[in-house]
Parts: sequence; structure tokens; C-alpha cells
Amino acid sequence: MTDLVSIRRVPLMKAEHRRARAEEATARGVATVAGWTVVVLLAAVTIFLLIQGLPALTAQPEELPLGVSLLRLAPPLLFGSLWSGLLSLGLAAPVAIGVALFTTQYAPKPLARLLGTITDLLAAVPSVVYGLWGLTVLAPLTAPLGAWLATHLGWFPLFAGEASATGRTMLAASVVLAIMIMPIMTSVVREVFTQAPTEPVEAALGLGATKWESIRMAVLPVSRSGIVAGAMLGLGRALGETMAVAMVLSASPLHVTGSLVTSSGPGTIAAFIAQTFPEAHGLELNALIALGLSLFAVTFLVNAVARRIVSRPSKGIS
Amino acid sequence: MTQTILPTIHRETTTPIPAPISSDGPKIAITNFSAYYGSFLAISNVNVTIEPKQVTAFIGPSGCGKTTLLRSINRLHEVTPGARTEGSVRLGATDLYDPRVDVAAVRARIGMVFQRPNPFPTMSIRDNVLAGPRLQGRRLSRSEADDLVESSLRAAGLWEDAKDRLRAAGAGLSGGQQQRLCIARAVANSPDVILMDEPCSSLDPISTATIEAMIVDLARNYTVIIVTHNMQQALRVSRRTAFFSTDGASRPGRLVEYGDTMQVFNAPREEATARYVGGHFG
Amino acid sequence: MSTITQVSLRRRLTSSTAVVLMGIAVAAALVPLISLLWTVISRGVRRFDLAFVTQSMRGIVGAGGGASHAIAGSLLITGAATLMCVPLGVLAAVYMTEYGRGLPVRVITFLVDVMTGIPSIVVGLFAYAVASLFFGPGIRSGLVASGALVLLMLPVVIRSSEEMLRMVPLDLREASYALGAPRWRTIASVVLPTALPGITSGALLGVARIVGETAPLLLVAGFTDSMNGNLLDGRMATLPVFIYSQWQNQGADASAYSNRAWTAALVLVLFVLALNIAAKAAIRLTQRHKGQS
Repeated sequence: MTDLVSIRRVPLMKAEHRRARAEEATARGVATVAGWTVVVLLAAVTIFLLIQGLPALTAQPEELPLGVSLLRLAPPLLFGSLWSGLLSLGLAAPVAIGVALFTTQYAPKPLARLLGTITDLLAAVPSVVYGLWGLTVLAPLTAPLGAWLATHLGWFPLFAGEASATGRTMLAASVVLAIMIMPIMTSVVREVFTQAPTEPVEAALGLGATKWESIRMAVLPVSRSGIVAGAMLGLGRALGETMAVAMVLSASPLHVTGSLVTSSGPGTIAAFIAQTFPEAHGLELNALIALGLSLFAVTFLVNAVARRIVSRPSKGIS
Repeated sequence: MTQTILPTIHRETTTPIPAPISSDGPKIAITNFSAYYGSFLAISNVNVTIEPKQVTAFIGPSGCGKTTLLRSINRLHEVTPGARTEGSVRLGATDLYDPRVDVAAVRARIGMVFQRPNPFPTMSIRDNVLAGPRLQGRRLSRSEADDLVESSLRAAGLWEDAKDRLRAAGAGLSGGQQQRLCIARAVANSPDVILMDEPCSSLDPISTATIEAMIVDLARNYTVIIVTHNMQQALRVSRRTAFFSTDGASRPGRLVEYGDTMQVFNAPREEATARYVGGHFG
Repeated sequence: MSTITQVSLRRRLTSSTAVVLMGIAVAAALVPLISLLWTVISRGVRRFDLAFVTQSMRGIVGAGGGASHAIAGSLLITGAATLMCVPLGVLAAVYMTEYGRGLPVRVITFLVDVMTGIPSIVVGLFAYAVASLFFGPGIRSGLVASGALVLLMLPVVIRSSEEMLRMVPLDLREASYALGAPRWRTIASVVLPTALPGITSGALLGVARIVGETAPLLLVAGFTDSMNGNLLDGRMATLPVFIYSQWQNQGADASAYSNRAWTAALVLVLFVLALNIAAKAAIRLTQRHKGQS
């Protein structure tokens, strides 16, 4: 047996460990500061947007974008944001739920994984590329459809007005938005369906229910709040989406109409800021910042509510 | 009276437990010691003095608090959120729970080997052995480190198997080898005491035999305390045995009997000990 | 006679209709993706040449030129943002998993989740609002753009790092403590290295998210035709803004501009794909670790 090599034994008493304690305190302090950065940053976003946005409230209309006061400018844009958001939500939700149901309940493992990769891919494509695709491929495709709808169903508010020749309408913009928000909704809803207990499904199947009946009875009811949360997260994304809308939608920002097919529909807050900002100066910038603050407030609220809903069931379990 | 009912058990090992190189070294004195998880009292009012440079076994049914007591000796119990202790554990003259004592130093002086082998997956075999000194922020020269690696791996009986692949990942070893690496890692700290928490429970019989032989060997230089579920193992490796028990799942564990291993197994003083030991052999 | 085996026609029809509808949903997700990828590739290859990655747009009117200045700008701005964001995000995750507890951690977790959905244009406005206070109105700088991107990347990095740190087994931490390691060395030398592949993967996904961001860059980095290697000074072109401006300011030879836009889109999509693949590969490393131990 070789001799044991031993290292110097550390003293047990703390007096000689002052340096160790200082190191520990430093590490904890650095991590704590980093942890609170998120809170500080979000607070800073609010404060700086407020500071820079407030001057626009009291400014003369002629100093602001489009020569109108903020109270005249903001509501049509807010309407446009909400309208495009809701339309895209209406288009994306059924697709997201369908894809999520298919992947969790029907598809064999490899196919489910493939569909997962596909939704990941859709989520990864940058919004400016969606914009380019939307205005080159999608908008021309929807133009004849819009024209037909305006001619034959023009009495219906959704298809009122003169149809756009380019197809760069609320219809095309909503479809692009729907494609963009579909992945996040799918992933949230898929998560919810995966967590749904399997025993009731098997029980329903055992009682002679068809596959669809078992899903309707045992999966959908427990997943309702999760689906709502997924939809709200999608809505939050749609409200904040900028470039795709800025590129696809040709808008008259002060105009309020629900029509899907005209080229003189409302714009959205985010797109309006992006389009106006590069050429803006003086109080116009402050007005855009004020608009940004309102968008921040709305999306924060939507996301906060969605997260509350998502986090609730998991809290119940733990 | 109970002695007559019980079968007499003899040590099965062919090699006798070697005498310690020297029996000097600090004793561990556990006095009026209790440990809690939140409001749950896991083990209550233990008084035990553990002799240096020999193997002491903690035995007893599940939930009797023997592992909690073991983890209290190197103050690892308090890592669990809500855990706390009462009473004192002395290493030599120093109360380890004295507020002036540095917890990290306690753990450097009292090494531990866990139930499942847990070498650091991101470190090589060599780096695993040197992890103790390095994690304490010590600097070792190249030759010091080389010597320490060889000596520690030899003490754990892993040198011959590992000397040609010291740079390989520790996680690539077999289960028994991983556990020996963990022993080498504990030895490299030059501890006074090595605590072992069921070190063989996840190993096959051959690896178990190797580790047991090594435990006996380690006691020539270190005080060893081993928690085990395996009566035979306690008999094979330990000089002294402490038997713990509990009166029910929600009741605190307590020390029932403590003495020479041969006496505890062959002539238990308490009926509870006799039942437990007898139940396993009768 | 066959009440057990035979389900009524109506119920069977409903069941198969549901399956058909799901098939349509899957198709509705697939068709746009295929169309988009096909368009990006088929139109992008037209200018996918050496000049595109070696030349800038300086002095170019009509055909020719390239996006070297935009590629360089994207790499610089994204790189700077990553350098600022990853240490901050990982440390924040360390706080949330190792040090903090109770209400503060719940509040921060909630805010990180909400921050994931913050519109990128708002972040751009915020960066402008702060920078213009210090440097005057009209400020354009690559570094300010990096700062804006940090806000978008931070929640991605924090969430993934947090998840990865929580996956590090308790017994490794205990093994480290049992060797006399102080807490911070346990975190620095045992916990973080073990979680490193997962943290890397999260960081790569974060980079993938910000490399395609346009709105904040349009606001605070602006656009230029020439190479600018200085993050601290003046306008800096980036790939996403290059796409936008090529489309928006089409000259007489419109196809030259749109071809450049599509090629830039192709390059950008390839970047994002590469980052996603690298992120998946990094995650696989973690799983191999776990399989062995």
C-alpha cells in the first residue's frame, strides 16, 4: 500500500473564512441583481414611454402625424389592431386546435414529431419574410376573391366598399397574421391536451364511444381554459405584430371600416409606427411613442391574463 | 432470555478486520441530538460516541432516521429546505453546530459517499478526484495533483483500472467503478471521517464485495460510518453497530441500542433489537 | 343483434367528419409553409451569388450590389446583444433557481412570461426613448439596437436556462456540498457546466428569435447603403431592414430590388434554420449526458 497523500486540513472555525463569506455574498448579490433586472426593465419601459409620450397629449394637432390630435389618431388605429387581431384569431384558432388534437390524439409518434417540427419552422420564419411573401404571393391570390365578394355580397358589411385591385387588404393581412400566430397557439393547446388525463378517454372508449366522442367528452371540457389562454397569447402576438402588417396592409389610418376587401381600411398601431417613424421628427415622435405605450398596455394586459390562466392548473397539481 | 431463542451468528468474513494503524484521531460525540423536517421530528434525542478509525454501522428499518442522522454529521441535512436540528455533534473538541464553525470546512473534514454513485458528469476521472480541493478554491501544483490523484485512486482500488484513462469521463465507468471513484473523491479531501449512505444498495454482488473490502481497509486511516439495510453487510464490515427504530410511520426515530457489532447481533440487550436482527436471520 | 359492435351511422359520420376537419387543419398549416419556403428558395436563388455576400449597396442603382453590409450589421448587432443578454439571462435564472424563493421568484417568473409577448416595436420605441434622452433626437446606433434586442432575447434565455438548471439532479449539488464546496462554487463548477448544453440551446433559440427582428432595428439602427463596422456610431444596415427597404424603395429596375430582397430573405431563413438545428443538436448533448449517468 502506497503512502496516503494528504492535503492540509481546513480549520473548522469561521474566523479564518472571511474571504469565503465575502465571495458567497458577492455571488448572491450579483445573481439577485440580475434576477430583478427583468422587473427593472419592464418598469423602465413604462416610465420612459410615459416621459416621452406625454408631450404628445398636449401638442397642437398640426405638429402631430397626419395633422390630427392624438385622441383622433389613436382610436381608429386601436380598432384596426383589435380587428385584425380578432380576425386572425378566428382563422388561426380552429387550425391550431385541429392540429393540436390531431398530433396528440390521432397521429402516430413520428408523424406527430414531424408536425411539431413544422410548427416550429412556421414560428421561426422572421416576420419581414412573412410580409414579403404576403404581399407577393398571398395578396394577389386574394384579390379576385375580394373582387367577387365585393360584387356579389357587397351589401354585407364585411365585404362593403370598393375591392382592392392589389389584394393588400385586411383579409390578406389577417391570413398572414393567422399563419404567424398559429404556432404559439398550437404549442400551448398541444400542451394542454397532453396533460388531459387519459383514464376518462379510455373509460369513454370502453363504454362504446367513438374516438371523437371520447375526445369531446373527456378531453375538450378539461382543456377549455388552456385553449382560451392559448388564444389570448396568439391575440397578444397578433396585436404586436408589426412588419408583416406594415408590408401587406395598404391602409387609410384614420378610416374606420370593418370591410375586409377595400384598400382604404384602418391601419394597426404597430404598423403605423413602423411606417411613420423613419420620416418622423419633433412631436410626431412623441405621438408615436404614446401610441406605442397604449399598445404596450393592451398587449401586457392580454398576455398577463393568458399567463394567469395557463399557470392556474399547474398550481393546483403541485 | 431472548438470547436463548436467537440463533448465534458468526462473522462470515475469512479475513479478520485489520487493526487500525493507530486509533488516535477525533471521536464524534453526538449529544441530545434531534433533527426535523419542518415540524416533523425525524430522529429524536440521540446520544452516541463514535470511536475513531473503525467502522460503525447504523442499522434499522426504513424511516427510523438513520440516514437523517448520518446527513446531520456533515451538516448536509440542513440543505433540505425547512430542515433543522437540535443538540450537538462534536468532532474532537469542536461542536460542529457552533455558529462560528464554517459549514464548508465541516464537509471538507467529513466526507460522504452516497447511495447512488454520483460522479460529476461534466468532469473527467482525474477532475472528479480533484473536485474536492478545487471546489474549496485550493490551488494544487501539477505534481501535488498527480500524487493526490494516484494515492486517492489507489485507496479506492481504482488506480489499476483508471490510470490509463484519467482524462476520460467519469460517467463512462461501470456502477461499481463509479462508486469507487466517489470514494476516491471523498478520500482526496483527506477527511477525518467518511460517511457512507447505503453505498452498495445500487450495486451488483461482486461490486458490493469489492466495496466492502475497501471499507474495511479505509478504516485503517479514517473513521467510517455506514448506513446499511443489509445485516450481513453490517456484520462483515463494522466493529460497532447502532440500531435505530421507530414506533410508527409518523413517529420520530430513536436510538435503541449501541454496542460492539458482535454483541448487538449475538446478544442484543433490547427486545426490539432482537426482533429486528432475529427477523432477518431467524 | 349487433348493438355491441355497430355504432349508428350518424355517430360514425360525426367521428369521421372530425378526422377530416383535422386533416384540413393540418393541410392549412402545411400549405402556407410549403408555399413560403418554395417562394423564398425559388426567388432567392436568383441573386444567391458571391457578389451578394461580398458587395454592399454603395453607389448601386438598379441591378448588382449585395448585402454584405447588412449581413455584417446583423452579425454585429445580434452578437453584441447576445454578449449582453446571455450572462444577464443565465444569472437571472441562477437567482430564480438557486437563491431566490417565494413571492419575488413568482413575480419575476410571471413578468418573464409576460415579457415573452412584448411587441418588438414597443421595445424599439423604448430603446429610442432612452437613447434620445441621452444623445438627442434622431439617434441611430447599432448598439442601441442591440440594447433593444436584449429585451426581446432575455425572456427566452431566462426561461430556457431556468428549466435546464432545474433539471440538474439534486444529488450532484449534494455531492458538491459534501466535498466542502461553498454554494457559489457548486453553482459555478457543478450546476452550470452540467446545464451548459441546454443553456446553449436556449441561447441559440434566443439568437434565432432576434436575428429576424425588423421593427426595432428599423427604428434605432436605421438603414444605410454602406458598410458600417462601428456599433457606437451612426446607421447600420441589417438583413431584415435590408429586405424591407429593398421592397419599399424599388427603383426603375424593380426586379433587381425585389430579387435582392428575396435573396436576403433566403439568407436570413438559412441563418434561422441553422440556429434552430444547432439548438436541437445542443439539447441532444444533454440527453446523452443523462443517459450515461
